[in-house]
Amino acid sequence: MISMTPRKDISLYRTFLTPLVAILLTLVIGAAIFDFLGFNPLESLYHFFVAPISRYDGIGDLFVKACPLIITATGLVFCYRANVWNIGAEGQLVLGAIFAGGVALAFPDWPAITLMPAMILASVIGGICWAMIPALLKVRFNTNEILVSLMLTYVAALFIDWLVRGPWRDPMSFGFPLTKMYTDAALIHRIEVPFIGMLGQLHWGVVGALMLSLVGAFLLSRTILGYKVRVMGDAPRAGRFAGFNPNLITIGVMAIAGGAAGLAGMIEVSASMGQLQPNVSFGYGFTAIIVAFLARLNPVGVIFAGLIVALAELGGDNAQIVLGMPKVVTGVFKGILLFMLLAGETYNRYQIEWRRVGPQSALREQ
Amino acid sequence: MNNKYVIAALGALVLGAVYWMVVGEKSSQVAEKASDKVKVGFVYLTTPGDHGWTYAHELGRQQVEKHFGDKVETSYVENVPEGPDAARVIRELAKKGNNIIFTTSFGYMDPTIKVAKEFPDVKFEHISGYKRAENVATGNIRYYEGRYVQGIVAGMMTKSNKVGYLASFPIPEVIQGINAFGLGLRSVNPDAELSIIWVNSWYDPVKEADAAKVHIAEGADILAQHTDSPAMLQAAEKAGIYGFGQASDMKAFAPKAQLFSSVNNWGPHYVNKIQKLLDGSWSTGDGPDHWAGNDWVGMADDYLVLTSFDNMPADVAEAAKKAAADIKSGKNKIFTGPIKDNSGTLRVPAGKTLNDGELFTTLDYYVEGVKGKIPG
Repeated sequence: MISMTPRKDISLYRTFLTPLVAILLTLVIGAAIFDFLGFNPLESLYHFFVAPISRYDGIGDLFVKACPLIITATGLVFCYRANVWNIGAEGQLVLGAIFAGGVALAFPDWPAITLMPAMILASVIGGICWAMIPALLKVRFNTNEILVSLMLTYVAALFIDWLVRGPWRDPMSFGFPLTKMYTDAALIHRIEVPFIGMLGQLHWGVVGALMLSLVGAFLLSRTILGYKVRVMGDAPRAGRFAGFNPNLITIGVMAIAGGAAGLAGMIEVSASMGQLQPNVSFGYGFTAIIVAFLARLNPVGVIFAGLIVALAELGGDNAQIVLGMPKVVTGVFKGILLFMLLAGETYNRYQIEWRRVGPQSALREQ
Repeated sequence: MNNKYVIAALGALVLGAVYWMVVGEKSSQVAEKASDKVKVGFVYLTTPGDHGWTYAHELGRQQVEKHFGDKVETSYVENVPEGPDAARVIRELAKKGNNIIFTTSFGYMDPTIKVAKEFPDVKFEHISGYKRAENVATGNIRYYEGRYVQGIVAGMMTKSNKVGYLASFPIPEVIQGINAFGLGLRSVNPDAELSIIWVNSWYDPVKEADAAKVHIAEGADILAQHTDSPAMLQAAEKAGIYGFGQASDMKAFAPKAQLFSSVNNWGPHYVNKIQKLLDGSWSTGDGPDHWAGNDWVGMADDYLVLTSFDNMPADVAEAAKKAAADIKSGKNKIFTGPIKDNSGTLRVPAGKTLNDGELFTTLDYYVEGVKGKIPG
């Protein structure tokens, strides 16, 4: 039988090696799948992971795709570090988009200088509000935040669906569920890089995402708040003895995650869509969970993890165009990657041994 | 703690640099070579496995390959959501050197227009929308013609006088279909009523099946749909009632329930447009009456094809054939007055026929025989 004993201390070397090995194994298994599907494995891997970023504009698109993932995952890192399992970032993201959209549609005459901060603020508040429901229920009634936050995702999806079909629908949309286009002041613009020009669709939201990750890293490693979060996650009893209030920390990390997700929603809509529609998020809130773990719950790692996952998405589209590979392969890839990561994580934390079981040793186990 | 980040950053940097060098080399070798082939790209909303709308486009694409052989090279991207991803995928197809790109869902309209501006040398054709540009044409099929024939068959077949209809979104194309069905229905059966359930999706087999069950529970014995999956017909087959297939022949899913399918025959349309591109005569077409572009085509050109009339008495099949022939010959234009709305108000006076523009802009009502009102 397999026995697992916790390792005493986990080396730095292992910590960084694990995700790399996981990615490598994913690539190997991916190649096997391509082969099985009748595609040339090396060519497929090339079109999946290399071709999408072999042009400057491809790099831009990669960052654009990673942007909502990076922001959302940065917030989630705080939750997961504190052992608060917020699975509902998808819903918090949608609420952020709704709140910001409400501001954009209500004040079409405002200039960007006031409208943009108002939208950012609104989106953060929207995300926080949605995250506070599971947070307060957990603190007050000890409900399960996994379940509540997940279920609220569907409520959020139906809420925006109702808004864009009903009260917020553009009368000129021929019955299609879309709001009016945002005014120019409510849009996030593309970046003009010196000497290169436009890098694909690269927009200012990406800069915000990268900065947010760095701020997150600082908060987590250099502030009292971050320290409390880490202590409550690693050793809740010790935290309580030290006088940290677990309820406040739960509320705090949920607010951080909700606010970040809300901001991601606002950026995604203002930079890429320009109007609200029934779907403003295509699973970013869920994919961000993978990103957070791929990053080993490290806000800086989130940037790289977000880029890797985004690359798999872009690669999936590219492989379709060039090789005619079905889209579901992308999903399979993400699944394998997460599986490999969790396996690696387990291997990291535990000494895994295969032992023969005699009747006696089985008794001893008990 | 500091070390950790430094190591991570350095590691990533080195990896990135190695990657970049390998990539830079390779991509220049694989750089798109100019060829005399016409490259054609398609963007699909769902997958060809939907057995409906997208499957019909896929058959069209295959026909293009067959017709032109080595002269064309086609590719498609499936499951593209109607949002920012659509713009990215269309842009990607344009960058990959496609000469013409067909975007096959209404929701791709704005992304298509947006990307078309960035690639003035690439031709775009948006299916089922109404916005055009220098290099963006529109194309569509007169689906409502088939629905009129469906209405006639339903009116003659129904015993409960209750007919159920699954609708997707209240856009002009769908309203045209409902009203054409209603006109056909009432032309043979003054007591029959059509009730609508909005599924609010083009393709959602679960919701479609649920809506079909609601219709059946309310007593409907004939079902029709403006959604894409065969789920409704499967529900009809199970309940022992009848229905019409949509976009593709769905007989295989409901051999005892399918009366007939209105099949979208995109092949000739795509072949025609690509031939024009090869000839240099491709144009976007315009004019006030051409809301769907110059290529709004229907049964007359076999762009909309009705499958064989099954599971119905001979006289019904006869009536359906006659109606189809009249539409094909142009004798019956369907939206010809007198047309009353379902509150009894005369909307189109006798002798007047709605033109294409009016079909898009004036149908803000249900005709007699259709229950309820248009949402929104």
